[in-house]
Amino acid sequence: MTVTDLVSYEDALDTYDPVMGLEVHVELGTKTKMFCGCSTTLGAEPNSQTCPTCLGMPGSLPVVNAIGVESAIKIGLALNCTIAEWCRFARKNYFYPDMPKNFQTSQYDEPIAFDGYLDVQLEDGEVFRVHIERAHMEEDTGKSTHVGGATGRIQGARHSLLDYNRAGIPLIEIVTKPIEGAGERAPEVAKAYVAELRELIKALDVSEARMEQGQMRCDVNLSLRPKGTEKFGTRSETKNVNSLRSVERAARFEIQRHAAVLSSGGTIIQETRHFHEEDGSTTSGRIKEEAEDYRYFPEPDLVPVAPSREWVEELRAVLPELPRVRRNRLREEWGISEHDMQSILNAGAVDLITATVEAGADSAAARKWWMGELARRANEDGVELAALPITPEQVARVTALVADGSLNDKLARQTIEGVLAGEGDPDTVVEKRGLKVVSDEGALGTAVDEAIAANAAIADKIRGGKVAAAGALVGAVMKATRGQADAARVRELILERLGAKE
Amino acid sequence: MADLIKLTAAEIAAKIAAGELTAVEVTEAHLARIEAVDEKVNAFLHIDREGALAQARAVDEKKARGEKLGPLAGVPLALKDIFTTEGIPTTVGSKILEGWIPPYDATLTKKLKAADVVILGKTNMDEFAMGSSTENSAYGPTGNPWDLTKIPGGSGGGSSAALASFQAPLAIGTDTGGSIRQPAAVTGTVGVKPTYGGVSRYGMVAFSSSLDQGGPCARTVLDAALLHEVIAGHDPLDSTSIDAPVPPVVEAARNGSVEGMRVGVVKQFRGEGYQAGVIQRFDESVALMKELGAEIVELDCPSFDLALSAYYLIAPSECSSNLARFDAMRYGLRVGDDGTKSAEEVTALTREAGFGPEVKRRIMLGTYALSSGYYDAYYGSAQKVRTLITRDFEKAFEQVDVIVSPTTPTTAFPIGERADDPMAMYLADLCTIPTNLAGNAAMSLPCGLAPEDGLPVGLQIIAPAMADDRLYKVGAAVEAAFTAKWGHPLLEEAPAL
Amino acid sequence: MPGITREEVAHLARLARLELQGEELDHFAGQLDDIIGAVARVSEVADQDVPPTSHPLPLTNVMRPDEVRPSLTPEQALSGAPAQEQQRFKVPQILGEE
Ligand SMILES: [Mg+2]
Ligand SMILES: [Zn+2]
Repeated sequence: MTVTDLVSYEDALDTYDPVMGLEVHVELGTKTKMFCGCSTTLGAEPNSQTCPTCLGMPGSLPVVNAIGVESAIKIGLALNCTIAEWCRFARKNYFYPDMPKNFQTSQYDEPIAFDGYLDVQLEDGEVFRVHIERAHMEEDTGKSTHVGGATGRIQGARHSLLDYNRAGIPLIEIVTKPIEGAGERAPEVAKAYVAELRELIKALDVSEARMEQGQMRCDVNLSLRPKGTEKFGTRSETKNVNSLRSVERAARFEIQRHAAVLSSGGTIIQETRHFHEEDGSTTSGRIKEEAEDYRYFPEPDLVPVAPSREWVEELRAVLPELPRVRRNRLREEWGISEHDMQSILNAGAVDLITATVEAGADSAAARKWWMGELARRANEDGVELAALPITPEQVARVTALVADGSLNDKLARQTIEGVLAGEGDPDTVVEKRGLKVVSDEGALGTAVDEAIAANAAIADKIRGGKVAAAGALVGAVMKATRGQADAARVRELILERLGAKE
Repeated sequence: MADLIKLTAAEIAAKIAAGELTAVEVTEAHLARIEAVDEKVNAFLHIDREGALAQARAVDEKKARGEKLGPLAGVPLALKDIFTTEGIPTTVGSKILEGWIPPYDATLTKKLKAADVVILGKTNMDEFAMGSSTENSAYGPTGNPWDLTKIPGGSGGGSSAALASFQAPLAIGTDTGGSIRQPAAVTGTVGVKPTYGGVSRYGMVAFSSSLDQGGPCARTVLDAALLHEVIAGHDPLDSTSIDAPVPPVVEAARNGSVEGMRVGVVKQFRGEGYQAGVIQRFDESVALMKELGAEIVELDCPSFDLALSAYYLIAPSECSSNLARFDAMRYGLRVGDDGTKSAEEVTALTREAGFGPEVKRRIMLGTYALSSGYYDAYYGSAQKVRTLITRDFEKAFEQVDVIVSPTTPTTAFPIGERADDPMAMYLADLCTIPTNLAGNAAMSLPCGLAPEDGLPVGLQIIAPAMADDRLYKVGAAVEAAFTAKWGHPLLEEAPAL
Repeated sequence: MPGITREEVAHLARLARLELQGEELDHFAGQLDDIIGAVARVSEVADQDVPPTSHPLPLTNVMRPDEVRPSLTPEQALSGAPAQEQQRFKVPQILGEE
């Protein structure tokens, strides 16, 4: 089905209610894999971070990574889940070459965390509660490269090459309960949920959760049911949707596709689908001849995990403030609109601004620099804001220099430019480039006097009470001092000399 | 040096320590014996002549430097081909791993090397330890040194035959349903299944993870104890390894006694299917223990009747998953990769060609038992039986210190007799399986020859978990009494090869 | 409960990735039927209120610290590979999901 065969979104929603389920896999940022001591560092040579255990060699055995369990508990707590008093790992049996043991060590009917929720805030501020079914621990698979076919895809490939460096990296799978009642906002809810979850994971410091690097991957399950009915329709499972925008697009596309199929009297088959970035469509995966039978059973090579209540409470006590709560608090503290906060969030500037304020800057000034000059530079250089070679402390110092009159805006920009160019911290740059505002009253007085003399007509207007005309004289003085004067002080001196008052 | 191969491990170690023998001499004598008889016995799949001599030389050099030697330094050992050995082939008796050279040592292998034990080679076994006769080896059956037309037990028939034919004084086995004890019983040797978790499973190719346990095989109770102490202990690489001191097995073996002990005899371990001569020797053993001062207690353990059934659901289930990794992708055999077939097809063709019938049978059985719709009735019920068996043992051990039984219902049967009759084959493990399901410890030691066929009969001693030392205390007393009665160790009655 | 058909055996063989040959299917069907028939006795305890034991050990919470241990070298990792290319395991074409 192509995009043009779809039922319009509005028509689809007139007839059907969407029901969604989101399954998110998060790769934890532990130093080692879930069941062996191999490093998880990205970008290593192929098969250089493997051992008998993560290669599934005969005789090898798994041992659980304590930080993997701790991270799972933290995520569970942050998602308001119950933490199991006793749970086990289970084997999920199916053959696939990227999975060395041909079973995935996962959890089945005894997840470590279950029955929670996450409140997500849509762009207009409305809060939607997404219920969490479970969060469980498991392991990642190896990576295959398909050789011989077009563009490295699996179809038409002659053979494949396997690198098991990723095999065994800890994953937490977070599964929602069916999301109902979102109506036309379903795709928006899906995106907001994944965004919120990503912020949460980052705040917990258990993963960098970079979707573009596959550290966080989302499956979107979607079905439609005729409005007013209870029974869920047959769902499709769109796998590995790997950006926030794609999550929204995939949900939207599937709503339109399902509606088209159902409205024309067709039936939806339960299948996995692939999402395509290029046009936002999904296509059918391979339909299996027979239903999967994973033959789950308790992993006999591992013993149960029974987190003590003391441990759980210790972890609960040090949970960071939830991102949504923090965002709302900061928004109020900073006195800005929902929309401005969203821009700051989208720019990835929340933590940077917060740190700058913590380093002593005024919040308005911190926002101004990060969202203005620095955002522009990051955009030009094609890097994330946080990747710019300037620290919140350095930005705070610049704002301090502006506040005490040592720098004006123009000089401050030049100072930042120097810091970004690697010339040193703000004070060094000011020193080396000689950027200090001219504060020598004598020199400034002479410049003011010269400007008054050279612009007699304007000076007269000011004497006559047209204070607004002072700007032109200020400009003249600034020009004469090559920008290195404090404009406010210049204005004061001009008014003083001409006997005018604001 | 003909007598050298008849020495016990304890004697060899003492003579090397005293400078009366060199480790190289001892090793050469055993290698010569292997050369002389193993063509007939087929106990070894791989002989590591160079490695063994190098290890022996290292022991002699250590001795020359005046360093203290461990209690088994320089003693040769036959290692079951189920433990990984870095640089030395490990096949698990299967074609699917033919030629595989592991890049790592099992924890048990490491411990043996660290104790200066000389590993002579790797012994034959039923493929993936599935069997009771060693006929399921992809590399041909092993003969029983008492009668080469008879089975040496299984799965560890190579290890038991190596001991009984004096090719090695020590051997290693693994016991999932009786694979150490049953071969010991039918070859007139000693074998111990330690408490589950007592010996690391890291590097031991898995058959059924919750049942498998490596253990010592020897010709005397003391030798078994010395080896037990070397291989046991906590291993952080095995999550199911017990983090507690190894029970004092050597001390127990040196102080054998049953005086004042309560010895249980379980009603369920006799009856139909038990050979008359086996029951006769068993009854004599019980009488002997009574004479030695033990109190005999009759026990009823009704759930034991379900043990064999539970075992043949649990072990195949776990094995169907454990053996999934043999898929022709990363190591081992690959069949049918002609450039047109998919990975899926190559995996299926390889497994078809690489696994023998018993392995396939159990994989199929386990796949069935775990599949949706059957799980609760089969796997789930089997796990309940496991609970009941554990409870029966707990109740029994409130009344007794150890339990005794025949190790196996019959003596060694002819090679080929039960080869395509799985149910008949499975009966060989009737008495040994309950212990695997409950995870406690057991030993088999010789208690005479069956009058009707002149073949060895095994006496099984069962102790509670982590009370492995009791096996040795009782075993040493029984062994001493029998040796005194017979005038010599039982193995001296075995025919010359 | 038993009565395992040839089709069921074929299905199990697919799940277990065994390319069983024609007569093997029949042979296994008979044998599996016998074995299942014999071991099905365990279901006698199905309605008993007994907790299942999946493992003989009473241990819980066996974990290791998150500390890197040496890996194999890529040469060691690949030493048993039936085929390799570019320091990766070379396998026949993979069908199915991407
Ligand atoms: Mg998963
Ligand atoms: Zn590893």
